[in-house]
Amino acid sequence: MTSPSKQFKEQAEVLTHDLRHRDIIQTAMRKYEVVRDKNRGAFQDYQSARQAAAETKWEAINHLDKHLEILTKNLEARGTKVHWASTGEQAREIILGIVRDKKARSIIKSKAMTSEEIHLNDALEREGFEVVESDLGEFIVQLRKEAPYHIIFPAMHLTRGDIKELFNRELKSDSSDNPEELTMVARRVLREKYIHADIGFTGANFAIAETGMVSITENEGNARLTAALPKTMITLLGIEKVLPRLEDLALFLPLLATSGTGQALTCYNSMYGGPRQPGETDGPEEWHVVLLDNRRTELLADPEQRDALHCIRCGACLNVCPIFRNVGGHTYGTTYSGPIGSVITPHLRGLQDWKHLSFSSSLCGACSETCPVKIDLAHHLLQNRRNATRQKASIWWKIGFGLFSFVFNRPSLYKLIAPFGRVGQKLHPLVKGTKLDPAYAWTKTRETPKIAPQTFKEYWRGRK
Amino acid sequence: MTEREKIFARIREALSVQAPLPGHHGAPGHHTSFTVAPSAQTREWLPPTGDPFEERLARFRTNATELKATFHLVSDRDELAGRLLELRDAEGWKKGASHSGELTDAACSTLGLPVCRTDKSFDVNELETCDAGITECEALVAQTGSVLVTNRSSGGRALSVLPPHHVVLARREQLLRDLPEAFELLKKKYAANYPSMISFITGPSRTGDIERILVLGAHGPKKLTIFCV
Repeated sequence: MTSPSKQFKEQAEVLTHDLRHRDIIQTAMRKYEVVRDKNRGAFQDYQSARQAAAETKWEAINHLDKHLEILTKNLEARGTKVHWASTGEQAREIILGIVRDKKARSIIKSKAMTSEEIHLNDALEREGFEVVESDLGEFIVQLRKEAPYHIIFPAMHLTRGDIKELFNRELKSDSSDNPEELTMVARRVLREKYIHADIGFTGANFAIAETGMVSITENEGNARLTAALPKTMITLLGIEKVLPRLEDLALFLPLLATSGTGQALTCYNSMYGGPRQPGETDGPEEWHVVLLDNRRTELLADPEQRDALHCIRCGACLNVCPIFRNVGGHTYGTTYSGPIGSVITPHLRGLQDWKHLSFSSSLCGACSETCPVKIDLAHHLLQNRRNATRQKASIWWKIGFGLFSFVFNRPSLYKLIAPFGRVGQKLHPLVKGTKLDPAYAWTKTRETPKIAPQTFKEYWRGRK
Repeated sequence: MTEREKIFARIREALSVQAPLPGHHGAPGHHTSFTVAPSAQTREWLPPTGDPFEERLARFRTNATELKATFHLVSDRDELAGRLLELRDAEGWKKGASHSGELTDAACSTLGLPVCRTDKSFDVNELETCDAGITECEALVAQTGSVLVTNRSSGGRALSVLPPHHVVLARREQLLRDLPEAFELLKKKYAANYPSMISFITGPSRTGDIERILVLGAHGPKKLTIFCV
């Protein structure tokens, strides 16, 4: 079993040299950037909107107990069954319990990152249930038995040719590589599944405390169908999804759309307030809402990084991150990748095992800059580094920084040692770029900076 | 202790320490709650919209067209009937689906087709074979080119998303300015008893999951036609 850190480094090494991968990702990102910039530009005051969104989320998260109580009360008042899960395992058990109880055979799912987080599909399939992802991108990666590459664009690493081959092999279709034709293949296959599914499963983008509603954002209409056709509906959401007021959505829906896919508004933004009510003719007879903690309360307990719970999972920070764009989504080995994944994974899955993600950052700050709810991502990466070292510093780390501070605190010693650098640099070409080079990790792909011929002090003394 | 109680206990314990307000990193917040909702001025930040009917109309038309929906402002109900017949013949509709309503009832009798009614109990398999779903709506939103539907106003949850062509019949006075106005309307109309489904439909169903290339009709309707009378 390789450690997450070793796996990350090995896969990153491969992908940073994979020019085909780079080309696919850069092309997709360029298309996103054009529409994102256009629609952000259409706001009268985008920065004020961001600040208000950050404050609204601050209010929701810093009074989470109050809002969750109101949410639950309002959901239950309309006949929704609310369940609570402290861990992923508990959430899986609750969902399996409902599925068994309904004697269900097949489950149709609309996109839900939270279900990836708790590995729900594996658990359901192990028990012999049929689980079908209905979001096109998710459907594609499910057929490939892969995790989503990106939280918004699950199949962005694939070309139409890849998808054509996949469909022709797995679905026995006879499609060309035309994206429209491919989409229609999936539409036909999934329509059948919808009509026969016993259970519809969804995630959620927001939960509205005041009215007891769950808000789901999507483009394809698959979540709409999931919430309309099957007799039982199950929704899984993290406890941090709550917003205080219905009208907060007037702000959050456009922000999510612009940051997520670059659209002004996503095609379907739907709010569900209960199962089928008296007098209504369709919709599920039962609706189960599962609220998941799964160590979110640990993140809540860190006031410095609590704002990471403001995240609306738009994926904007992934799209601007130079690390993500080079190493790709799968390399992270986490449910949530990119800057937000690097910040929260150590909290959700253990600091020592996942601290390497906070070190694989250029600290350029593009993530903090783009975040629609102003999460201070770049600083949180630094705080994770600090916390990891405080908790458990390696011996080489201690020796290295011990020597560094010993020398740099003593001007006379520094003066004595500085000329060695110049000598060292003269000898460097002998080993440069080979494995004997002490700076190999740097020099195998980069030039070393030149050491100045004289120090500033030497220059100052010698000036005329 | 139930899981619910355990989670609440952890939340309350965690919140005993205050977190800084957004944009004040480092400094601990002394703020306990906002007296005015931070989102109260949303209208002033979102893309601009004008209030006069002509401006709302122009904006809605531009947005709907850009979203690849079809929009027709018709002068009266006779023109609406004529347009619907044109649509029926051009697409060769054999069967429609609809719900009872003033505009939809008139449209159904104009079309003279067998109609699957979704406001009584209906068979999903039958709805699936219909060529068009004809619905009324709660509102049209100029700012985004959206159609606001609820299961109460638009014949349930499936009608506006299962048939391949969604035809919306709206009245002029339903054309609203922006998203905040749409939420105000929902609150005013339904605060005591919300419909169990509310949906903003912004263009026909779409996906960009294959190479970020736009394809219409991923799962929902391939076509969205909006008539405003």
